[in-house]
Amino acid sequence: MAQRDITQHRFTGGKPNLRRFHQARWDEPVIFELSRTGQRAILVPEVEDEIRERVGDVLATLPPSMRRKEPPRLPELAQPQVLRHYVRLSQENLGTDLNVDVGQGTCTMKYSPKVNDQLARSPKLADVHPLQDEETVQGILEIMFRFEQILKEISGMDQFSLQPGAGSAGIYANVSIVRAYHASRGEADQRDEIITTIFSHPSDAACAKTAGFKVITLYPDDDGYPDLDALKAAVSERTAGLFITNPEDTGIFNPKIEEFVRIVHEAGGLCAYDQANANGILGITRAGEAGFDLCQFNLHKTFSSPHGCGGPAVGPIGVRQELARFLPVPVVEFDGVKYRLNYDRPDSIGKIRPFYGVAPVVLRAYAWVMSLGAEGLREVSEIAVLNNNYLLKKMLEIPGVSAPYAQGKRRIEQVRYSWEELAQETGVHSEEIGLRAADFGVHYWTSHHPYVVPEPCTLEPTESYSQDELDEYAAILAHVAEEARTGPESVKAAPHNSTIHTIDPAPFDDPSQWAITWRAYRRKVRQWDKND
Amino acid sequence: MSQKRPIVYPYIPNSVPAVKQQMLQEVGAESTEEFYEDVPQKLRFKGHLNLPPPLLSEYALKRHVEGILARNRTCGEYLSFLGAGCWHHHVPAICDEVNQRGEFLTAYAGEPYDDHGRFQALFEYASMMGELLNMDVVSVPTYDGFQAAATSIRMAARITGRRQVLISRTISADKLSKMQDYGKPEIEIRMIGYEHETGQLDLEALKAEISAEIPRYARNDRQSETAAVYFENPSYLGFVETHGDEIASIAHEHGALCVVGVDPISLGILTPPVEYGADIVCGDIQPLGMHMQFGGGQAGFIATRDEEKYVMEYPSRLFGIAPTRVPGEYGFGDVAYERTSFALREEGKEWVGTAAALWGITAGVYLATMGPQGMVEIGEGIMARSRYAMLEMGRLKGVQAPVFQSPHFKEFVVNFDGTGKTVAEVNRALLARGVFGGKDLTNEFPELGHSALYCVTEVHTQDDMDRLVRALREVVE
Repeated sequence: MAQRDITQHRFTGGKPNLRRFHQARWDEPVIFELSRTGQRAILVPEVEDEIRERVGDVLATLPPSMRRKEPPRLPELAQPQVLRHYVRLSQENLGTDLNVDVGQGTCTMKYSPKVNDQLARSPKLADVHPLQDEETVQGILEIMFRFEQILKEISGMDQFSLQPGAGSAGIYANVSIVRAYHASRGEADQRDEIITTIFSHPSDAACAKTAGFKVITLYPDDDGYPDLDALKAAVSERTAGLFITNPEDTGIFNPKIEEFVRIVHEAGGLCAYDQANANGILGITRAGEAGFDLCQFNLHKTFSSPHGCGGPAVGPIGVRQELARFLPVPVVEFDGVKYRLNYDRPDSIGKIRPFYGVAPVVLRAYAWVMSLGAEGLREVSEIAVLNNNYLLKKMLEIPGVSAPYAQGKRRIEQVRYSWEELAQETGVHSEEIGLRAADFGVHYWTSHHPYVVPEPCTLEPTESYSQDELDEYAAILAHVAEEARTGPESVKAAPHNSTIHTIDPAPFDDPSQWAITWRAYRRKVRQWDKND
Repeated sequence: MSQKRPIVYPYIPNSVPAVKQQMLQEVGAESTEEFYEDVPQKLRFKGHLNLPPPLLSEYALKRHVEGILARNRTCGEYLSFLGAGCWHHHVPAICDEVNQRGEFLTAYAGEPYDDHGRFQALFEYASMMGELLNMDVVSVPTYDGFQAAATSIRMAARITGRRQVLISRTISADKLSKMQDYGKPEIEIRMIGYEHETGQLDLEALKAEISAEIPRYARNDRQSETAAVYFENPSYLGFVETHGDEIASIAHEHGALCVVGVDPISLGILTPPVEYGADIVCGDIQPLGMHMQFGGGQAGFIATRDEEKYVMEYPSRLFGIAPTRVPGEYGFGDVAYERTSFALREEGKEWVGTAAALWGITAGVYLATMGPQGMVEIGEGIMARSRYAMLEMGRLKGVQAPVFQSPHFKEFVVNFDGTGKTVAEVNRALLARGVFGGKDLTNEFPELGHSALYCVTEVHTQDDMDRLVRALREVVE
């Protein structure tokens, strides 16, 4: 008998069926529960006998008050069990390597090339100490210097520092530079306000506040553009600066950005460009042309370094020449023969982090740009934007979803959608749609708070996803939206196929119940221990 | 054959011209140019970015980058005694195995359901750090130890409602610079000197500088009240601060908090700071399984007791454990999310964002791998080796090692005044002999003369240290 054709059952009406996905569910214990007294996962190098004889009992040199009384109560496992535990946990995690990760808008979840990881792990970088003699670190200094030249060209700014440890750290460093600039002109006390927009990242507001500034937040006008009249009303002799993204988290590019910059400059403020959303505009438009004084990129977003569950990362900052003297120390310089680190910068804001920045992330970003060149970077942006507008069309075919603002217009690299219509019809909320989508093996994120767009979700397809994958993502959301109409209870009870089921969030906001460590859990909640 | 075909980029599936064309058609666009109609022509970048020509094949790229990296010399090729905030420890293979897994490496901010593994791994990291520190609350990693220290003193200022922070003079100049920049809006930093002989914090100076609590009825200007006393143990200069309990008492008597920076790899043998009175403990987890990476392996931790007034001042995410609707299932999620800038923008505590989560997961793997016995043995072994190095170096003519008469953990100050040579000269000569000498402290601590900070860990054998001493003998005697 001939074999049955399996493939025909994978399609309906010529379109592929949704995946019958189920995420790994290992019911994995907390690692302390796997502990058996006496097990070892690694042995440490033994001290030579001669050393022991020579130094005697070194612990006796410590006063009793400084000598730990009993060993830390860490779990005791053999190596295979440690590995198995963590590999199981890894399987209970969906990286970009696994899923069509377009649902984490604003985060630019693109492919992180494996060759770049391999290069970053080379002992030629991994085993290099940051305080080695400059002669012995010429390779990594060259990569940092070269990458700074690349960022200068991409942004139109005059000088860069790679030191900040992520985008928000870059924003904070730029706020510090803005403060130092006004202080250098004797206006530090007077200029105590920073203006941002509600569709810029929360850190633009939060970093400014942390640095001691008052924050003025502009809301969009009816078309979704930051309100120009509101800006005019906000600026004054107290304006220290403007911190703004463009395109904003709605994917809408502010066409009046030059006017925004001019108005703030005329008021005596500086303008900082948060380029977290740069993926759609590489080689299209630059911070320099729009008149910005400072900018920051996210190498773990636009420049492909993997997100690492939330870092390590780099948020390089670029400035115009007149602000270069304020950049963090040291800066990398090249005299035509040798690369060196220059600490002699008396006006610098100082150190932002230890040493010079997260070198393996810089290396990956450099390798990524080198694999593409100018033409390739433009292709990245054009395809990212094409993918976004393609997904926009597919999304708007789903009843119940809309793309507020700028009706009929194209978007840049992402869109903030609204499920308000569906929510009103079915009582199913955006967050619940996302949890049900997880049952089909994809991430989905609502958006940053506050929800100015009601029932939001933010999709950013980047250049890394194929047409088929975009179709799959839209098909999943279409299916979930349909379920919301036909069986809302099932959507509200989701996820069903994830590692775990609906969490009871009550303990998280109750100081008597919350448990941030296992020891706290044992003390506060675990009955076995309480009855001991 | 001469006609150039468009490049199909391996990382960009829809760069295939036919696919691109079909997708354009589907959205009703002539070209991608239409998507940029909001970008004014005046702001358009004209022409091509002036970037180096691309290395399109993976092989060409690898060869190019490896060619540049080949100019680096490593601590495997040379014998290194550098520390000062980034330390050469052995990284267990299992740490790399776990943090290279794509499921962790390429994940970001998924929900506690589809990213359950990340939440559990970070909860376990915090839990194991909690055992090491004997504290119930530990944050997910912040950027680095500098940030952890800077945030810790700002937390102390918020908790006490005060401004002044007293910091031990033996802190690194770079870390102090970061704390000054970060503290600017709400903290006034003052330095407390140290005992010349021992390096220990000058308790009399501390008592003189710390401001007594002003009676509540008179409290209208809190400028001069002390919010916190910050010191490190082991100190940046390597010695153990043996009067932690007295420092903490002085702080507490004046209504201030005691904030301690600690090297976590010392805690198998050294007393956790909470036991001598620390209220906030912070530091860098790079020693716990991160390669040095030219400074790319740093990540910070902050720990406190489980009290609401402390927990509510953390800026970073805190992951807690909770039940799900299925009995026996562990769920994890954000504790007290409403304090963060994700929830409240500028009304949150400082800010939260991407930092160094993967190094937190890795440090968890490290602590699970080492276990209690491993942490005790590594601490003791480091102390023994560094003591051996001090004794041997101290026998060299004109060399004083250590400078401070105190117990040391893994780092110690070596003085070369008696050799007639500068540290730069010594280090240049050592470099020629295949050795990276200790960090030059001449500018950072001018009062210590020609001194360097040496670091010895479990990676150093007796032969390594004897080799250092032989090389030094050639250089200085």
